[in-house]
Amino acid sequence: MNVRVIPRLDIKGPNLVKGIRFEGLRVLGKPHQFARHYYESGADELVYMDAVASLYGRNSLLEIVRRTADEIFIPLTVGGGLRSVDDIRSVLRAGADKVSLNTAAIARPELIREASRAFGSSTILVSIEAIRRPDGTYEAYTDFGRQATGIDALEWARRAVDLGAGEIAVTSIDRDGTGEGFDLVLTRSIADAVPVPVIAAGGAGSAEHVGQVVGEGHADAVCVASLLHYNTVRTLPLDVGEFAGEGNIESLRKGARFSKIEDLSLSDLKAWLVRRGIPCRPAPARAGGGP
Amino acid sequence: MEVLRVAIVDFGLGNLYSVQRACVHAGLQASITSDRREVSSAHAVLLPGVGAFGDAMSTLRRLDLVAPLREAAARGTPMLGICLGVQLLMSRSEEFGAHEGLDILKGTVQRFNGPREGDRHLKVPQIGWNGIFRAPGASRSDPWQGTPLEGQAEGEPMYFVHSYCVKPDESDVILSSTRYGQIEYCSGLRRGNLFAFQFHPERSGREGLKIYHAWARLVRSHSTGGAVS
Repeated sequence: MNVRVIPRLDIKGPNLVKGIRFEGLRVLGKPHQFARHYYESGADELVYMDAVASLYGRNSLLEIVRRTADEIFIPLTVGGGLRSVDDIRSVLRAGADKVSLNTAAIARPELIREASRAFGSSTILVSIEAIRRPDGTYEAYTDFGRQATGIDALEWARRAVDLGAGEIAVTSIDRDGTGEGFDLVLTRSIADAVPVPVIAAGGAGSAEHVGQVVGEGHADAVCVASLLHYNTVRTLPLDVGEFAGEGNIESLRKGARFSKIEDLSLSDLKAWLVRRGIPCRPAPARAGGGP
Repeated sequence: MEVLRVAIVDFGLGNLYSVQRACVHAGLQASITSDRREVSSAHAVLLPGVGAFGDAMSTLRRLDLVAPLREAAARGTPMLGICLGVQLLMSRSEEFGAHEGLDILKGTVQRFNGPREGDRHLKVPQIGWNGIFRAPGASRSDPWQGTPLEGQAEGEPMYFVHSYCVKPDESDVILSSTRYGQIEYCSGLRRGNLFAFQFHPERSGREGLKIYHAWARLVRSHSTGGAVS
């Protein structure tokens, strides 16, 4: 089975952002430009996550989703601040193929059942964002990593699937944005416990890490952000003037980087996986152009 | 030139907007509808769908769409089934008990039975990109010539989301096959002007869009009286 590589784009207002352990968000660029670039370089799916919607109860994603859906023809998952079947419907109507639920599903698990009945299980992805406890178990968090729930991540994964989740995404908050590698124990425990595909997220800093979470972590797909974004920031022809006053994109473009994050493009990553005998859909021979 | 109308059959589940956008990309005027008259009068019919077989058939019956779909197929109207749409075309399914299908194609719908790769169990549903291959034993000429798959490479990856697959009674309707673990199954079918794919061409990137463009050419050629087969 081909492993899916899924760039994740965290969005704040009109911008693509990225933080470390869900904090200190930096502006990296415009989401639709990154989305188009990843689409053309062989992304298997894309995820858009509204980084602030859950906190302030607003949802500014719809316009970005519409614009993206006109340009890209691969599956698009959208999450962040979706609270009801009506919210989900509005995102799907804007062009999303799947939605990602966390905070609202933990607050009211029946939402998973209602949503999977209304739109089909394959449309409903439950995202579990977890922090390791001292005893080695994992606790699910909501509100972009700010709210502890007391809920065991593994039990929650099983329950979410029973309620109708078609896929589970597992993010290690401890690792997110650090480039230290995925949490293999967390990923594997959930991947082995549920019958549906599991997407690993949080921590990818190198192609090797992606290989590990597929091999040892039993992930069916990987979500990557920093690993690809920092490379993309330096290679995309962006209008830097557009971001005046919006943070430190200049320093990123001049080559400031995180020592723990490999400088890697999506096609480099896929080529590495293929060389290691990890099956994946190869990147197109030539990015861009075509019909 | 007459505008060609495609009826995208809406039975309440799934995202039909990506299907509609792909039709528009291919130059077709596509409306999302559950109106039987619109389905009957369309130049071409697209039967998409995600979700459960039994629910979908109940909805098609309630909307009185079973007869219009069967009649359209019998008349030779160009039809395209996608994902659950493929399964609905078959005689029957075993999903959550036995269900009767549209019976436009003879065959059954079966759940993936323990797919595995080496000692690793594969997940059901299958979600992701998998290759499509020409059906084994195809005659010397290219079986994809003159079909929506024209120009696709052998093994081209397409995007799949499904727990069930179709098993046609007659092997001559098989247009493409795909392998999930040790299981080889039918991923594309053809009978006359009817084509059906288990994968989602509208979510399969540029190669997927090529399938819509090739289908649009077949629809145009059919409605201007040109030879399709």
